[in-house]
Amino acid sequence: MSRTPASPIAHVGARPVVLPRPSRATPAVPRPQPPRPVTREAAVQRAPSRRLAPRWRMADTAFRLTALAFALSVLAITGTIAVELFVRSAPARRAFGWSFLWTGVWDPVFSKFGALPFIYGTLATTAIALAIATPLGLGAAICLAELMPRRLGDGLTFLLELLVAVPSVVYGLVGVFVLVPLVRSVGAPIERLLGGLPLFAGPVYGIGLLTAGVLLAVMIVPFIIAVGREVLLAVPQAQRDGALALGATRWETVRQVVLPYALARALGETMAVTMVIGNRPDIVASLFAPAHTMAAVLANEFAEAASDVHLAALVEIGLVLFGITLVVNGVARLLILGMRGAERARA
Amino acid sequence: MFAATVAATASVLGVLLFLLGYLVWQGAAALSLEFFTHLPTPVGEPGGGMANALVGSGKLLLVAAAVGVPVGFLGGVYLAEYEGGPVGFAVRYAADVLNGIPSIVIGITVYGLLVVPFGHFSTLAGGVALGLLMIPVALRTTEEFLRLVPDSLRDASLALGAPQWVTIVRVVIPAGMRGILTGLLLSLARVAGETAPLLFTALSNRFWSPGWLQPTASLPVMIFTYAIAPYEDWHRQAWAAALVLLVLVLGANVIARLALGRRSAAQT
Repeated sequence: MSRTPASPIAHVGARPVVLPRPSRATPAVPRPQPPRPVTREAAVQRAPSRRLAPRWRMADTAFRLTALAFALSVLAITGTIAVELFVRSAPARRAFGWSFLWTGVWDPVFSKFGALPFIYGTLATTAIALAIATPLGLGAAICLAELMPRRLGDGLTFLLELLVAVPSVVYGLVGVFVLVPLVRSVGAPIERLLGGLPLFAGPVYGIGLLTAGVLLAVMIVPFIIAVGREVLLAVPQAQRDGALALGATRWETVRQVVLPYALARALGETMAVTMVIGNRPDIVASLFAPAHTMAAVLANEFAEAASDVHLAALVEIGLVLFGITLVVNGVARLLILGMRGAERARA
Repeated sequence: MFAATVAATASVLGVLLFLLGYLVWQGAAALSLEFFTHLPTPVGEPGGGMANALVGSGKLLLVAAAVGVPVGFLGGVYLAEYEGGPVGFAVRYAADVLNGIPSIVIGITVYGLLVVPFGHFSTLAGGVALGLLMIPVALRTTEEFLRLVPDSLRDASLALGAPQWVTIVRVVIPAGMRGILTGLLLSLARVAGETAPLLFTALSNRFWSPGWLQPTASLPVMIFTYAIAPYEDWHRQAWAAALVLLVLVLGANVIARLALGRRSAAQT
């Protein structure tokens, strides 16, 4: 263990350009904490009403139980959805077993059902959307948080947060009449040039995975920017001042100090973005890639399912979507817990 | 490198504003007084409006609020005031899952629970589906805003001898009321634009929908069906409907945000 430098001054002298590692700095002078001899819990326990009036105590319990009942009903609702999907997909699960997940045939006429094409379609649209939206969104977030004057940034962010609220069916409508012709006219020459390559094979209709992915990117970009800016603004100003004082340029400050500092929270928040993606594309996908994603096939076929097995297979797709949500949420929770642990260890 | 971030900002804003500007342009051209007062006309007949869809959306939102507000509000009170333990963890997890499920899955669940037993599509089923979608947002915003109420208020009330439920009802909730109402309004605005859960619950209707147990038209579903129909006239109606929906939803958002003095939405 000879890592300890001879003296702090020698250490600094040896590596003058290294920027300080971001850390959750504790204030130099701890603020004096006012003494709090009675916690709230203790106060509740010791409140006069606890001892004096059983009538009040009953009211207290009744209120608490009512609130508890409503809180638990959220649990019950989510549970009911799971059970309902599970029970009604039984015929399909009995008929196809686990192979439902990796069979590629979806044929209502011969009652053969496999969800693979739709799982692939969902993953592909999501990947396209993220590949477009993440770099643009993060770039814009850096610009809004670090470069622009605060008031201008606030104004633009206000605008972007409003755009988050635009209903997806509205984006879908604009997409049908603007984006589809655009993809068609841009896509046709590309297809003529590169049609021999498998990636670009086939006629370009303008509807399909690519269009759905692009529109999805348009829909999630405001969200990514809003969240990204929020995370960047949470980085203490002292971190930036320190880097600038050591002679770093503004871009070096952003890249070496601000971004690493914000990384942990950003990862957690990114999970929130994937949740938004999970939720929003139903309608867009069913407009643009009618036979391509899980949500879209539900929207298009559920009303006219030909047989019990067909219906059950559709419900099982719903079950798969539910399962994905459950897992992604669980992973996000573990990730955030892990981040908190790491932060505490570093502090 | 900063130039690249400026370019990213400019292109994102440019695309978004272009798309919405196009919508406003098309919608304004198609909008007329008739849109708000008339029923849809049969294919080929010009004119007509979506009065039934406007009323239908209103009725659906009423049912949604009746389902979503009590659960979201009281559940949020419980999470903020009582529970940090395993029950709280489970309820928050369940709410996040509910928030993350594609809304069409909620639609097919409600179809199984409320449409199949009744034997027909209904306003009630559609409203319940929207209400379920509302719950997670309403729950989390209520919790967040109650947590913002300083503990000293609670301590003061308890020290004066008020029981805990009186403290919550008379002191804590009024202090957080503005934020909570805003959150509820935002959650309602969010479900107002949902289409997927209505496809198999409220369905649609070309006429007025009497009572609560008949299929009903709604703005989002009308936009959806009209957009993919092959008729020029229907496309114009879809633009008009989209503009009206956009103005309603964004209006609710602007009001909510102004009421809150521009609190950030990332937290809601």
